[in-house]
Amino acid sequence: MDVSLEILGKASELAEEIGGGTAAILIGDELSPLARELIAYGADKVYLFSDPRLTYYQSDAYTRLISDLLEKQQPEILLLGGTTIGMDLAPSVAARIKTGLTAHSCKLEIDKSGDKPLLMAAVPGWGGGMIVNIACPEHRPQMVTVQQGVMEKPPRDDHHSGELIPMEVKLNERDFRVKCIEMVETIPEGPQIDTSDVVVVGGYGMKCQGSLLPLEELTDLLHGALGGTRPALDEGWIPECSMIGVNGKAIGPKLLITIGTSGANHYTAGFVKAGTVMAINSDPDAPIFDVCDIGIVGDALEVVPAMVKALKAL
Amino acid sequence: MSLNIVVCIKQVPNPDYFSKITLDPETGAISRKNIPTILNPVDENAIEEALRLRERFSGKVTAISMGPPQAKEVLDWALTLGVDESVLLCDRAFAAADSLATAYVLAAGIRKIGNVDIVLCGNESVDGATEQVGPQVAELLDIPHICNATDISLPNGRQAVVRRNIEYGHLTIEGCVPLLITVSREINQPRTATAEGILTLMDKVSRTWGVKDIEVDNDAIGLAGSPTRVGKSYEQKLERERMILTGSVDEMVAAAIKRLKAEALV
Repeated sequence: MDVSLEILGKASELAEEIGGGTAAILIGDELSPLARELIAYGADKVYLFSDPRLTYYQSDAYTRLISDLLEKQQPEILLLGGTTIGMDLAPSVAARIKTGLTAHSCKLEIDKSGDKPLLMAAVPGWGGGMIVNIACPEHRPQMVTVQQGVMEKPPRDDHHSGELIPMEVKLNERDFRVKCIEMVETIPEGPQIDTSDVVVVGGYGMKCQGSLLPLEELTDLLHGALGGTRPALDEGWIPECSMIGVNGKAIGPKLLITIGTSGANHYTAGFVKAGTVMAINSDPDAPIFDVCDIGIVGDALEVVPAMVKALKAL
Repeated sequence: MSLNIVVCIKQVPNPDYFSKITLDPETGAISRKNIPTILNPVDENAIEEALRLRERFSGKVTAISMGPPQAKEVLDWALTLGVDESVLLCDRAFAAADSLATAYVLAAGIRKIGNVDIVLCGNESVDGATEQVGPQVAELLDIPHICNATDISLPNGRQAVVRRNIEYGHLTIEGCVPLLITVSREINQPRTATAEGILTLMDKVSRTWGVKDIEVDNDAIGLAGSPTRVGKSYEQKLERERMILTGSVDEMVAAAIKRLKAEALV
């Protein structure tokens, strides 16, 4: 997934600042092509754990392999993508090796003001533009998860040289107390929120409709992708891959139209990179109106059809 | 076949009031004073799942929470829903904890309850939204975990078969008790309190445990036990135009489209 390459790029930047190298950990089966790709995107080393038992995500086994490696290598910083699996794996690793973990950071910087360089992980707070800085002063590695779309994917350099280090996969029964026995993939159809120029987002305000259906015609007319907030996911109106915010993805479309969303920070942090933001909400006091370029206070069920009509007339 | 189930729950600030949470520009400290509180919404789903398992296999459900004295409110609510007993882990020494120090105290409380088959939690809390405490409690109890369950079945009361979503599909995961499962909102429809639940509240066992009641290392709890530290917080300038349109629906829509057209966005 793209987020791995995005955080790899950030890792290289951070490593350069503190004077060290960047390594990537790759776990699964038959992964050599991916390992080479990681080197092309900046990894100086790739620790490769390859075993048929690791084809699917196995939380105990993956936690064991990573924890053992971290104890041997003692890195300063460990970054993971805040994916559905990353958010399962990162806390386990942090608890196993007893270190600090910061979730869904929106910005990473090195603070050199103290006696040793510290990673400062900024996370969105609760109101307005509140940003909270979190550090892990004593414990190592300093662990952070980052959502897809927050960092920039680095340029590919096939001339970049790195070391591929195949690792022994030492696991026993205790490392498979829970076992993933099946992965069913559903490839999404149509425009996706991370790659579309226009994204239409539906939030909890669509509750009386029980779905985001009223937004589909508008989305199609704009050749856009339909996304949702955390409440929209919880209601089952969107798949996991279409959620925007600290538990989903960060996106930067040219146009974002956000409908029936109150403007919770955990959501709005997901579209700081959007070009133009238009908000439609029936509550004039909704915080979403503080983070939009164009705002319409009104009932989505009136405004959206009016927009569709006006766009068709263009 | 009987199950001993623990549900971890949390009292959180009501998200409708999040914008009232203030930041002291001098100290960078965050104040949540006077913000109304609620039971973390997905914890209702965890409680519901626990009650359904008890209905199917018989056994006992205990709700546990780490918080200030006021957190007893959400534990009492869990009891009115049908949970059998509650434990509040409350002590000044537990305060200012990050997710690891919180998980450490919860794990100690669950260990004291003893012989637990299944621990259920919500997948995340609306305030921190870190999704960390559940898996960390499991790790500290040395039991496996499965996160974000959208379906749990226990064919024989000992082995769980759990479904969870991933970005592009879902996983099916199996595991034997004891284990910890965090649930997503999708998993069930929580029940409402009944008159019987409210009337029997006072008959149920509600305990409060402080640092002296559970086995913990002082350097693993509260601020001392937190590897992460909150530094200075600040207000980021929100650079958006905030052009709020007025007029009739058609007028506002026309103005919006005119603007979007001018930027070649439509």
